[in-house]
Amino acid sequence: MEYEVVIGIETHVQLKTQSKMWCGCANAFGAEPNTQVCPVCLGLPGVLPVANEEALRLTTLTGLLLNCTIARYAKFDRKNYFYPDAPKNYQITQYDKPSTFKGFLDFEFQGGIARVNITRAHLEEDVGKNFHFDRSSGVDFNRAGVPLLEIVSEPEITSADMAHEYLNALKEVLTYGGISDCDMEKGMVRCDVNVSVRPKGQTALGAKIEIKNMNSFSGARRALEYEIPRQIEVVSKGGKLSQETRRWNDEAGITETMRSKEQAHDYRYFPEPDLMPFAPDDDWIASVQRRVVELPLARKQRFMRDFDLPAADAQAFVWDVPLGNYFERAAQQTKSPKTVANWVINNLRARLTETQTTLENLKFPPESLVDLTGLIESGKISTKIAQDVFIEMFNSGEPPSAIVEKSGLSQVSDVDALGKFCDEAIASNPKSVGDYRAGKVAALNALKGQVMKLTKGKANPNLVGEILENKLKN
Amino acid sequence: MSTLNQLTISALSTRLNHREVSAREAMTSCLDRIHQVDGDVHAFLSIDEADALAQADAADHAIANGEGPQRPLLGVPIAIKDVLAVRNQPLGCASKILAGYRSPFDATVIEKIKAAGAIVFGRLNMDEFAMGSSTENSAFVTTRNPWDLSRIPGGSSGGSAAAVAADECFASLGSDTGGSIRQPAALCGCVGLKPTYGRVSRYGLVAFASSLDQIGPFTKDVHDSALLLNILSGLDPRDSTSVPEPVPDYTKALDGNIKGLKIGLPKEYMIGGLDPEVKSAVRTAVDQLQKLGAEVVEISLPHTDYAAATYYIIAPAEASANLARFDGIRYGTRVDASDPLELYSRTRGAGFGPEVKRRIILGTYVLSSGYYDAFYLRAQKVRTLIREDFLKAFKTVDAIVTPTTPTAAFKVGEKSDDPLQMYLSDIFTISCNLAGICGLSLPCGFTKDPQLPIGLQLLGKPFGEETILKLAHAYEQANPWHHQKPLLR
Repeated sequence: MEYEVVIGIETHVQLKTQSKMWCGCANAFGAEPNTQVCPVCLGLPGVLPVANEEALRLTTLTGLLLNCTIARYAKFDRKNYFYPDAPKNYQITQYDKPSTFKGFLDFEFQGGIARVNITRAHLEEDVGKNFHFDRSSGVDFNRAGVPLLEIVSEPEITSADMAHEYLNALKEVLTYGGISDCDMEKGMVRCDVNVSVRPKGQTALGAKIEIKNMNSFSGARRALEYEIPRQIEVVSKGGKLSQETRRWNDEAGITETMRSKEQAHDYRYFPEPDLMPFAPDDDWIASVQRRVVELPLARKQRFMRDFDLPAADAQAFVWDVPLGNYFERAAQQTKSPKTVANWVINNLRARLTETQTTLENLKFPPESLVDLTGLIESGKISTKIAQDVFIEMFNSGEPPSAIVEKSGLSQVSDVDALGKFCDEAIASNPKSVGDYRAGKVAALNALKGQVMKLTKGKANPNLVGEILENKLKN
Repeated sequence: MSTLNQLTISALSTRLNHREVSAREAMTSCLDRIHQVDGDVHAFLSIDEADALAQADAADHAIANGEGPQRPLLGVPIAIKDVLAVRNQPLGCASKILAGYRSPFDATVIEKIKAAGAIVFGRLNMDEFAMGSSTENSAFVTTRNPWDLSRIPGGSSGGSAAAVAADECFASLGSDTGGSIRQPAALCGCVGLKPTYGRVSRYGLVAFASSLDQIGPFTKDVHDSALLLNILSGLDPRDSTSVPEPVPDYTKALDGNIKGLKIGLPKEYMIGGLDPEVKSAVRTAVDQLQKLGAEVVEISLPHTDYAAATYYIIAPAEASANLARFDGIRYGTRVDASDPLELYSRTRGAGFGPEVKRRIILGTYVLSSGYYDAFYLRAQKVRTLIREDFLKAFKTVDAIVTPTTPTAAFKVGEKSDDPLQMYLSDIFTISCNLAGICGLSLPCGFTKDPQLPIGLQLLGKPFGEETILKLAHAYEQANPWHHQKPLLR
């Protein structure tokens, strides 16, 4: 029998805010243990939480980027469980009234576009971190109270690879939108994966098995690559799977049982009485709307469509947004955006890197790049000369036509003037002339090279070729 | 001629500003009184006398600098219930689980009274984590009623009420979740005010039931209550449930003119268990209010019968989460064990008293999967109905008058074995917290034998503190009750 896989993913992402979710402590990674703490995030007796408005904005922004509905009434709830890293032994989260819900994420997968629906994206708080020593344990509460966004996908992912691509696409959207730095090394993104298998064609879902707390996307993929065959094997041998929570053991490369359904927590959710419900008005939502950016996939598709760029060029402008924006300003003024794209990617980007310059400090405007490609296309300068003009333009910021004018770099296209140089080349290179006349077409290039040398590279090479051919025929 | 420690805040302030007495003398008069009577009353769990006297000296300096007129509590000793955070002072909630814990910060109300010049001193006894009506649930000692030492002072703010009644301080702060200010104020014969939910910041109040808790003052008369409310009230950016309602000068409302004010008598409050002496004292008080110009009408609060049941679902539910942080990991008592779960059980098993455990278990139960809808959700719906009862009543009346408690102070041990009987002593005060409105208790007479104070409760609209203070003041000024002092040797 053939089996199919159903995967849903819960992704936890630390939001990029200055301060923590309920207090003014810094939201920053890497400080000495328990140095970024205060009575509020330590859960000392008598403290109260006050919601970080930027975290609420970033949550709404995420909702907008993931095509979600934005709740006009959201609230916070307490999720009760005891664990040493939880300062209050309850986590403040959004249970039945999340800030955003019902959206989707499109991403490139197996040569097409895949869509995974998003159930909800809700705001909560991170917990501290436990450390275990030889004879004792310790808790670092620096991370406790960092704003955390949980993004829940519908169970629509059908393979380990698709899960991996979904996670990468989600990360790209979140970094793109300025929601999170998504630094995996710093634990800014963690995910739980729900996976089940069922005979192909069956509508009812198989037993849901949750693999908890993976802190890398490749780990999530490896866990699924282990877990899916494991489940299929059990089921195909007539065995029964039951709902449970497992953990991924990265070193052993296997998943292990953490707790069964019977041991599942009862979180006893109830509305957080210390916080008022959040009911954003039109103006507030509009103010977040203004922060919406174009998503990576949409940008790539637009660059390919509007400027006729190959996928690789468009992707370059997705990865480097300022460079892409710069290109776009230039491309709107030219009929050959591909040529401009080549200059931006091959020359401008390289030069910026070499000189460690940022685009903001660039001395010439996009128009100059358009002028430069225009000079080449009209035959005024050669591609080779254009390289020199570009360097000069990069250094001084002067418009390319002015540089060409000033330095006499303009390509010689005067037939009479070039004729004299051609005569000179023919006279001084009898061997090449002989070879050519004997049928060696390539010998013409040697003569062309001579003319170019005589004109210090300023001659129009195509025109030189034509003149030489005419002269040698006679 | 009353002794210094018997004065009201306003009388003391006048003398301090006229340099007739010093803050040090005021503080010393309280400490002397405490040394004299607190061995019997047990209102205080601890006192940092050196710190109190140092604050008094600082206040005397400030008075000498002429700061008195701008700082209405300058040099006034005020004692604090052990549930409010005072920087560098113990914060124990009368529980073993917080043994040795000192707060690193001031509650907002403490910041405010300190800014107004108060000498903040002492940790006042209470029922553990404010759960109880007699202080018998304190892990350390039962406070005694200054009017009869064999009786309880009420609770949970029993220490706060007894300290004011016994003149061990000029005023005190307490907290009220289901009557914990008004009930002990009534049983000890002082003025206790529970402000509207959101009127006073809860930041620094160790939470029992977050949606019900409010901080309020215990004072010797209504004017002092208004004076303290002026200082305690206002929006606090650290408390999201505090309200940006403007703060009037509450003392300005105390003009004695209650002509035309409409008072409602809820028919549901004349219950069977109401003590005849209490009933008659309240009746007389209502008649007097009428003579003073108020109009009295009967009203109905039809969901009154459900208040106690609703309260004993919502309050424990919130408490079960609020008290989860006392786990032995970061502060307070820890009973070591080999794994976290065992450490929690041992620590909490040893640290919490039976009533606290009872409520945590109750709260955990009503929030459990499968029971939430039947208990917690339904209780929230009934809570809305109770609030609507009051809002509807306040469309026709300016205030509601009831007894504060069904009986005067009962004997120590009388109800401590029967939680349900104990819960019923809060029957008149609970609805006010569920509805989020304001309420005040003031003395309205005494029982005959023994002589025990009887409390009159005035309930007001949301942010209607001016009205109930005005009525209370008019009544108080027409009566001798607030001048009477317990004998206490």
